[in-house]
Order: sequence, then structure tokens, then C-alpha cells
Amino acid sequence: MKRTGGLRLPRRISERVDSIKPSGIRKFFDLVMGRPDVISLGVGEPDFPVPWRIRDEMIYSLEKGITSYTSNHGLPELREEIARYYKKFGVRYVDPNNIIITTGVSEGIDLALRALINPGDAVLIPEPAYVSYKPLTILAGGEAVTIPTTPDFKPSYELLARFAKRCDPKAIVINYPNNPTGVSYSKKELEEIADLAIEFDLVIISDEIYAELTYSGKHVSIASLNGMEERTVILNGFSKAFAMTGLRVGYAIAPPDIAEAMLKIHQYCMLCAPITSQIGALEALRGCEEELDNIRAEYMRRRNFFVKRLSNIFEIRKPDGAFYAFPKIEGYGLSSEEFTERLLMDKGVAVVPGNAFGDCGEGYIRCAYAVTMEKLKEAVDRIEDFVKNL
Amino acid sequence: MDDKKVVEVLKILEDNARLTPKEIADMTGYDEKEVEEIIKAKEEDGTILKYKTLIDWENVGEEFVYAIIDVRVTLTREKGYDDIAKRIAKYPEVHAVRLISGDYDFQVVVKGKSLKDVAFFVAEKISTIPEVRDTFTHFVLRSYKEEGVLLFKDEEDRRLAFAP
Repeated sequence: MKRTGGLRLPRRISERVDSIKPSGIRKFFDLVMGRPDVISLGVGEPDFPVPWRIRDEMIYSLEKGITSYTSNHGLPELREEIARYYKKFGVRYVDPNNIIITTGVSEGIDLALRALINPGDAVLIPEPAYVSYKPLTILAGGEAVTIPTTPDFKPSYELLARFAKRCDPKAIVINYPNNPTGVSYSKKELEEIADLAIEFDLVIISDEIYAELTYSGKHVSIASLNGMEERTVILNGFSKAFAMTGLRVGYAIAPPDIAEAMLKIHQYCMLCAPITSQIGALEALRGCEEELDNIRAEYMRRRNFFVKRLSNIFEIRKPDGAFYAFPKIEGYGLSSEEFTERLLMDKGVAVVPGNAFGDCGEGYIRCAYAVTMEKLKEAVDRIEDFVKNL
Repeated sequence: MDDKKVVEVLKILEDNARLTPKEIADMTGYDEKEVEEIIKAKEEDGTILKYKTLIDWENVGEEFVYAIIDVRVTLTREKGYDDIAKRIAKYPEVHAVRLISGDYDFQVVVKGKSLKDVAFFVAEKISTIPEVRDTFTHFVLRSYKEEGVLLFKDEEDRRLAFAP
């Protein structure tokens, strides 16, 4: 065997990938292993099963042997259904040709960023934010400009403009109702973001995956505001409202030129979203409204209960949507990670440290209330107990 | 009393009657006093009929026999559906009585200790009612879902402990 190279071995991983930090929550996985008493509030995933009628449709489609590729765009029926469905969030007209069915919103974010970014282009990311926006921006060759929105978690015009003036950004990624804060934006607050987008000529990447889980008021898509349709990429999917997390199916609604660019990437890296999941998604939109209402009502009850109890312990802002509470744990002399680790070790309650969602999340923890009422009660009792003994 | 609030409290209680007014108040954001008042008023006006527990008796080795009896009746000027139904419903052995569409008039669910128990009850008490033309007894062999609750467990929470 020829012996060549070898010197490059330690440096064979791309510098760009090497520069990205692995997810901060990985180490906590090892700590929960083998502890059956753990109540996990650390999961960004519904505890409801996928509605049976969705599963039944998927099973039936498999029985009929429907397992082929779909078009790159995705099933036409599903795209038409999504176009109709999105009117619910204020968007007057959606052309099904501008919709791409993706393997979850995660892919949609990647596609949008890669479709838009030239090397060095800045992307504004208000934080705390979902964990993938920053790394995917870097992977696309862009520069992630993170903007701390603490303590009210609202990206106001003044705040955003201050950063935008410095870096001449190409796009902004927003996510509302927000993971991890649960905060949503009112129409007026969205208008501020829209004003900024027009002033600095930005594309808005709007992650609306939690839209259906809005408890205070109704979700309004930023694309429905005047002049925003032509500069907004809407991302949404079926993971949170219909609990279809592992089925990996979502969609992007984008202006024609961006949709076309995203489709180019999608067709080479993904080809199409899994057909079984697309069929399930179609059934979700056609026949699950009542189930969704019940699920939403149940989450809302849990939110009210959980936040009420937490507010006796921590400073907390009542979340408008999603299934996260983001209390402030400052004042106990522990960092977010220390707090998380000790809560887990001492009381068997798993939460996610706030700094996993950006530096400004330090001093907070994310608690998902996607567990049964009984478990939620037990968890909050344990947290109360833990804090008392600090 | 706010109708929307009444419905929300009732929905919560229907699913779990053991919650305290304080807990319901926390879940809804209503005032605890208000929740207490709603519950009291709805108990008094007969909206809340009873607080019960759904029990899987097989789990503790207690077995009951259930039978669904289709009952066909003859109506007369003096005796309508309501009269006959009431007469059947008053037996403690009778679990449910429903007026139904189709070939038969009533569906009667009877609960007993044994097959014989139920069969004799039907023969002696229901078939002998003058207006009852005929009965058709179906014994329940296994129940898979009762009151909207699955009686089998074939799914578990497979979620990871952490997910972003």
C-alpha cells in the first residue's frame, strides 16, 4: 500500500465546519441516561401522538405501494392545500408554484440561507433564537450578526436598525411564536420589522412553525403586511401542531425568484420530502382542525398553570405561544448550565440552559410544557423544592 | 356567569374531576372564587350529574359481564317510548338505555356478575314487559375503548430527553 499524505489528517475537516460549536445540550444527554425518574421539560417536541387519521392515511398509502419520489416541489395537492391554508394567517394569495415541500423547517432554513447568501453577507439573528440559524448562516458562508433582545425579547426597530447600520445585512431571521421564549409579535411589532426590511432592503426569513400554537390573539404572518410578500420567505411545517416531528415534513413559501433558487438546492440535496410524510401532511390540513383545537386548548391550560406556578419562583414573562416557558434564574448564584445540571442531578428535572439559544440567554432556562398535567405539576413541585434549598 | 368560562371549566372537569378549583383557576387564568361558583352552580342545576372514576376492573381480577340488548317494543296510546324506557332504566342492573334508530327501538346495556345473571335478568325483567316484542342479547367479550379512553396500551413516549 502506498503511503501518501497523512500530514493533512488532523486538518481534514473543513475550517468552516470546524468553527461551529457543537450543540450545548449534548452533554446533558449523558446525565439523564439510566435515570428513569427524570421528568423532561427539555424536549422541543409535542407529547401528543400524531393524530390517528394522519397515521392511518400514511399506512394506507404504504399498503397501496405509494413510495416513489414526488416532484421536487412536492405533491401538487399538498401545495394547493397549503396555499389555501395560509390565508388563515392573513396572506391573501399564495401561488402553489412558490411553495416547496421540505424535509422539515430545518431544511427550509438551510435552503433560504444558501439561496440568498454571498460570501461574507451579514444575516441578522435576534436572540435568544432557535439553535440552527447561526450555524446554518455560517455554513452558507455568511456572517451571523446576533442581536440580544433581552429582557422583553422583542426585536424593536431601534434595536435592529442599530445593528443593521453597522453591517449592511442581506436578511433577517425571525421566529414567532419563539423558541425558546414563547414570545410572539403583535401586528404593530411586525410592522417595525417590516419598516426595517424596507429601509435596509432585507429579505425576511420568517420561521412560523409555532403559528398554530398561539394562545394570545391570532398569528399574523409578516408576509401579509404591505409590501412584505415580495421579500419574505415563510417557513412552516407539521412537527409542532401535528406532532409529526420524526416524519420531517415542512414547507417554504417564497417570492418566485427565491423559491426557484431554493428549489435548485433542494433538488440536488434532498430531491423531495418523503412521500409518506407528504401524504400525512395533506391529511393533517384536510381533516384535523378539531383535534388541533383540542390540542391548542390543552397546551393553553398547561401554559396558564405552569407559568402561574413558575411566577411564584422566578421572574417570568407569560409566553404567547409555542410550548416553552423561559424563566429568569439569575439571583441564585448559578449560571444557566450549572442550574440545569444541578436541577437534573438533585431533582431529576431536565430543562435546557438558556445560553444554548445565544449568549443573551445566559441567566435563563427553557422549560417545555409538552408533558401531561400530572408530570408538569410534579416537575414544578420539584423545581420549587430545588430553589428553596439553594 | 360567563358561558365561555362555564364550558371551559366543565371541559376540564369532564377530563379530570379530581382537579381542585385552585388548580382549575391556575389552568384557566380565572379567579379561584369564580371557579368554585361555577362548579357549585352547575352541580345545583343538574349539569354536573355525578363525579365518577373510570376503572379497568379486569386489572384487579374483578370481572363483570356486560351485555348489549336490542329491544323491540310495541307502542300503544297509553304507553310511549318514554314510559317503556323509564321502566327499563330503573333497574340497577341496567347500565344504559338508549332509544336508537334502525331495526330495534332500544339499546339496553346490562351489567351483571355472570352470564347467567344477565341472561335471567333479561328473560325475567325485560322480556316480560308487555310492550316488549322481542329482545336480542349480545354479550360483550372484550372492551377496547370506553368513554373515549383506550383500554390498551401500545404506544409509549419515545422522545429523547433533550431536543432543541
